[in-house]
Amino acid sequence: MSRIRLATAWLGGCSGCHMSFLDLGEQLVALSGSIEMVYGPLVDAKQVPDDVDVALIEGAVANMENLELLQEMRHKSKLLISFGDCAITGNVTSLRNFFSVDDLLTAVYQAGPGSIPRSDEDGAVLPELLPRVLPLHQVVEVDAFIPGCPPEPERILAAITAIMEGRPVQLNEDQRTFG
Amino acid sequence: MAAITLTINNELIGARQGQTILDVARERGIDIPTLCHLEGLEEVGGCRLCLVELQGSPRPVPACVTKAAEGMEITTHSDKLVEYRKMLVELLLAERTHTCSICVQNGNCELQTLAAKLGIDHVRFDYLHQQLPMDASRERFALDHNRCVLCLRCVRVCDAVEGAHTWDVRGRGSTSRIVADLDRPWGGSTSCTDCGKCVQLCPTGALFRKGATVGEMIKERGFLNRILERRRLAAQRRSA
Repeated sequence: MSRIRLATAWLGGCSGCHMSFLDLGEQLVALSGSIEMVYGPLVDAKQVPDDVDVALIEGAVANMENLELLQEMRHKSKLLISFGDCAITGNVTSLRNFFSVDDLLTAVYQAGPGSIPRSDEDGAVLPELLPRVLPLHQVVEVDAFIPGCPPEPERILAAITAIMEGRPVQLNEDQRTFG
Repeated sequence: MAAITLTINNELIGARQGQTILDVARERGIDIPTLCHLEGLEEVGGCRLCLVELQGSPRPVPACVTKAAEGMEITTHSDKLVEYRKMLVELLLAERTHTCSICVQNGNCELQTLAAKLGIDHVRFDYLHQQLPMDASRERFALDHNRCVLCLRCVRVCDAVEGAHTWDVRGRGSTSRIVADLDRPWGGSTSCTDCGKCVQLCPTGALFRKGATVGEMIKERGFLNRILERRRLAAQRRSA
């Protein structure tokens, strides 16, 4: 049987969900027989491959780069999963929705301490912030949800196991709490 | 007390006159979810989670404030009711900014538990992100309006059990807010006795002990029925 082609992405979040994924520890070794990591912050691939089986997306949609990557992942993945609270609810990332983008940038970079960040030498610009931070399912169709901040490794394992066994990803009551 | 017979989920059930549908159902182990209801407090029927279908009624009725009556035919978990309950909790989660991960009551919250129980793994509505204030002017306790679900347990316990009536509600609909002493900062309240009953009964992290950080606010609700029972016994002694 061919291995499940798994991609991950890190949008507007803290990478805690990816850390929790790594906390699967020795179980990752056991899973490596049935799962192939094809894209994401944990592997060295420059492009999203065209044939992803499962995409785990961490973080909320906060800027144009997040938006484009999410749309690309959706396009190329059979199953797309909102991975963690930021992806599902906006969580801490979306707390900036209390302010307009202009007010936010003014408060942080003009009124606040420090200086305005500059573009790099190549002249590439920082990705533009969206007016509001959005959960994934308000941007693309999402097939399943793994709540938690971060989701405990047991939740991630339960989801991956369901996928490997061809079952829908539906976590138990005690595994689907937010927070 | 007169006995009555009614039907819940196609099962004939005996009950006592005066019991609510919720009481009868819970006695029978039928799990109707609630949020504003708390044994020992007067019912307000505000959260609508306990809505049940009553044969002959054009709309669902709240089980906590509807008295069981002879011959009633009740359904507690139709597809429609289950969907309504999910929707109600999703609306609560969308209306204010709960952000469980950074809440003092993360892991001990009735709203969080209820959402998981009802199968809510995401919210279909837009989050409003209203920026509501936090009142931290009281010495020992604080109120975060962003996490309030307007269950009114604080209002009820303060009035009926503590007898202080510090809390009220200002505004209508989604602009409603809990207010102390007719809308003053809680710290300036002269009626509040700092007893903390409201804090202990609050289902979410809206009312909390200052100094508690994420997940540290564990509430103890057993005091309510202990106090009420002691009062009942004292009243019995006086009248004897």
